[in-house]
Amino acid sequence: MTLAAAAGLSHTQGFLSPTGVEIAFLLVGLVTFGAAVVTVTTRQLVHAALWLVVALGGLAVEYLLLTAEFIAWVQVLIYVGSVVVLLLFGLMLTKAPIGRSPDADSGNRWAALAVAVASAAALVWVVVDAFRTTWIDLDGRAAGSTEVTGEALFQNWVLPFEALSVLLLAALVGAIVLSRKAKATPTSAASADATPTGPTPGNGTTTRTPTGAATPSRGTSDGPSPAPGGRSSASDGRSSASNGQPSPQEGAR
Amino acid sequence: MHLAYPAVLSALLFCTGLYGVLARRNAILVLMSVELMLNAVNLNLVAFDVWLSKAAQETLHSGQALTLFTIAIAAAEIGIGLAIVLAVHRNRGTADIDKLRDTAEGHEHDGPSSDGSDSDAPATSATGTAAEKAEATA
Repeated sequence: MTLAAAAGLSHTQGFLSPTGVEIAFLLVGLVTFGAAVVTVTTRQLVHAALWLVVALGGLAVEYLLLTAEFIAWVQVLIYVGSVVVLLLFGLMLTKAPIGRSPDADSGNRWAALAVAVASAAALVWVVVDAFRTTWIDLDGRAAGSTEVTGEALFQNWVLPFEALSVLLLAALVGAIVLSRKAKATPTSAASADATPTGPTPGNGTTTRTPTGAATPSRGTSDGPSPAPGGRSSASDGRSSASNGQPSPQEGAR
Repeated sequence: MHLAYPAVLSALLFCTGLYGVLARRNAILVLMSVELMLNAVNLNLVAFDVWLSKAAQETLHSGQALTLFTIAIAAAEIGIGLAIVLAVHRNRGTADIDKLRDTAEGHEHDGPSSDGSDSDAPATSATGTAAEKAEATA
């Protein structure tokens, strides 16, 4: 390893005598690339997400081989841990078919294949031509340990780091708003009418009758909405739950 | 390690993701392919940062910092994207991006601007001129 590094300083490393790290990188890279190809070509949608786990985990191993340990564990935590789970939930919530779906690929897949192969050939040619003799020295102090990454992140990159937290908060709020806006506008308007009238006035008997009157009207406004579109049963369950919730309070009082 | 190995792997992964984005029909599979492309970029960033941290004297570790930022932005992107896909699926009943053609131009019925511009143009190119006008005014 030290001989390889010493020889690498003079840029005399050949591709025909790979080091152990290079062989490991090549093998894991083959697994990663194969899993990525299966991800974009399989006809079973859930299998695509599971092969994506293999591809992303292989990339984490590649980060480890490049001595970027912190990035590797972040990759495992964020991608393999949460993003794939989120994608599986998305597949489940959009009622993706289990098993082979014949229309997983679009009609222009051959044009897409041509574009991908052409860009791959161009990129690989350019990259190999440009970095054919460049050598990464992997010896010595790890270039991406937690200490090094933390020092760099909190000395030079503090302001973008904090801005990123604001972006994550905005994404969180945006995802919640996008997820509940389409169906919740009539219910939230009705509940916004119903809930302040309950506790704020002093006399409870006269104001509780409008909420009791608002509950069947909300039920009738939710009643036709599953009928034309044939909505999911979760919206029926949610509307029936929102209808059923005030009635025990009325019964308890 | 030669820098060509991670660079070539990154290029291949990026083009695999490119194929997936272009060829897939389900929107969630398109999001998976976008994740592949982002990971290819991350591998490039990490490899070049490891190279530069040993080759240069003083470095900011900008590649790894940008990789962390890319991972966080990708997580935000996948959350927003899945929320959009779920909203589309709830409204349209499908997550098929080939069927979401409301903003498509030409060769189908287009919006209310077609009846105003077909007085001078022939009927075959009326939709094309209407689309051009809509594009010019937009």
